[in-house]
Amino acid sequence: MDNIENLSARFQERIDAGEKIEPKDWMPEKYRKTHIRQISQHAHSEIVGMLPEGNWITRAPSLKRKLGLLAKVQDEAGHGLYLYSAAETLGISRDEMTQQLLTGKAKYSSIFNYPTLTWADIGAIGWLVDGAAIINQVMLTRTSFGPYARAMVRICKEESFHQRQGYEIMLTLCNGTPEQKEMAQDALNRTWWPSLMMFGPRDEDSPNTKQSMAWKIKRKTNDELRQQFVDITVPQAEFLGLKMPDPEIKWNEERGHYDFGAIDWDEFWQVVKGNGPCNKERIAARQKAWDDGQWVRDAALAYSEKRSNCGERSEGIKVQRSKGKIA
Amino acid sequence: MNEQLTKYLMMLGDNAMILGHRLSELCGHGPSLETDIALTNISLDLYGQVRSYFQYAAELGGEEVSEDTIAFLRKERTYLNVVLVEQPNEDFGHVIVRQFLYDMFQSFMTPALMNSADERIAAIAAKSIKETRYHLRFSTSWMKRLGAGTEESKARIQAAVNHLLPFADEFFVMTAIEKEMYEEGIGPDLQTFKEDFYSKVKEVLIEAELSMPESAPRVVKGKTGIHSEHMGYILNELQYMQRTYPQMEW
Ligand SMILES: [Fe+2]
Ligand SMILES: [Fe+2]
Ligand SMILES: [Fe+2]
Repeated sequence: MDNIENLSARFQERIDAGEKIEPKDWMPEKYRKTHIRQISQHAHSEIVGMLPEGNWITRAPSLKRKLGLLAKVQDEAGHGLYLYSAAETLGISRDEMTQQLLTGKAKYSSIFNYPTLTWADIGAIGWLVDGAAIINQVMLTRTSFGPYARAMVRICKEESFHQRQGYEIMLTLCNGTPEQKEMAQDALNRTWWPSLMMFGPRDEDSPNTKQSMAWKIKRKTNDELRQQFVDITVPQAEFLGLKMPDPEIKWNEERGHYDFGAIDWDEFWQVVKGNGPCNKERIAARQKAWDDGQWVRDAALAYSEKRSNCGERSEGIKVQRSKGKIA
Repeated sequence: MNEQLTKYLMMLGDNAMILGHRLSELCGHGPSLETDIALTNISLDLYGQVRSYFQYAAELGGEEVSEDTIAFLRKERTYLNVVLVEQPNEDFGHVIVRQFLYDMFQSFMTPALMNSADERIAAIAAKSIKETRYHLRFSTSWMKRLGAGTEESKARIQAAVNHLLPFADEFFVMTAIEKEMYEEGIGPDLQTFKEDFYSKVKEVLIEAELSMPESAPRVVKGKTGIHSEHMGYILNELQYMQRTYPQMEW
């Protein structure tokens, strides 16, 4: 029987060789815990992220936009499902993860603690928030944990669709009336800085980065990813004819990147700590959905137990999701 | 004739739109991710049907009429949906019963419309028949699950049945528009499936261990544009952007 050190060394060798780690493989406890934390956090972000966008479904300005937004928010629910399932392979249940979200033990992306105030916010979220998410997630398609990497491959395709849809909303607004363009500019102004914060603290304030890189959970640092996002987004804003809400944004020939201004890290940490504009409301909404749904989940469980006791095939509460339809 | 046909298309589309609107309010707030996804799917299907009907109606109208002006810029009295679909999402039981009654009605209406003398309507109905059947399967399975689940779920779903079933009678009242459409061979005689509708509903209720309420039908006239007090608030949200920013592209 190998001792822990040998197992750890071999585990690291496998990762270095680019092998995928599967749920049944031996893994260091910290690797497991880190993944549960990260994947569930990601799942929670998908689910809480449904709220700010859901806020505009009933008020979408056209039938086409309403369908687009409904489908997008539904996709996010699907992403949440895949991710919860990926985390479940590591020995935690979806209900436990939900409780961690509701009690504040588990975090979710802070961007969703900002309010959606106009229709243009729906465009800005698709363009910037899904855009930032893609940069992170493309990296994660090559992460060492197999179920997470595979979930990311599926999810990334849909996220790029969301990003294009959001950009197209912005483009339509920018080609519209002055009032519409102003709405688009205001949404960019409010969404820009929180989007940059999505990549997390500066590298020097991110103590976990080194271990995450060694385990190939991360392949680029927060600051590298943030720079990549700025470099992609600035020309897109120019194409829209919008002004970046940061006077320090300037192409740096020498670096081959855009320079940009300082992020308000006080605000970042305040929102992380729960003091953002909508933190309380987001959790309250999830708590209400959970409480109001309790009798429904109880009934479904009781029903399927009764049915299986009768020897009948249980239909179960879980429904499989496939290409926009459920069976 | 075109004017009556347009109104008929609005009636068909308004039912789907207002129910789709109610379902879309739930997106992100349901009892589980699975039900959220399923109800959003139904809402998406309904809005797909809305677009088909309103695009057709827009073609019959003038230059300035579009699917969006029909959806968003009418006065309340010209929306022609039944009052049932306006009823709020009191709880998941009400959502399921409202859906079940609508789906059951559609399971008669859609096949009838597939035989419409109007080819466009027949085609739209043919396209939606699979969706209709799937929706009915979904809502029926939840009727049973909640009816035969726990004491609480049984009490809640029975209360929802008692509250909502009396609204179903409006489906079968022939308005002037529907009578004319029947004479033109465009729409069915609704009375012909009234009896079957109620016996199928009863069948499901029995299987779900629920009882059929005895209460008399409600006197409601949504199909003539006389709605419940809920409707104004629905339209407030639905029309918000189009009213605040008139004549813009989105
Ligand atoms: Fe997502
Ligand atoms: Fe995501
Ligand atoms: Fe997305």
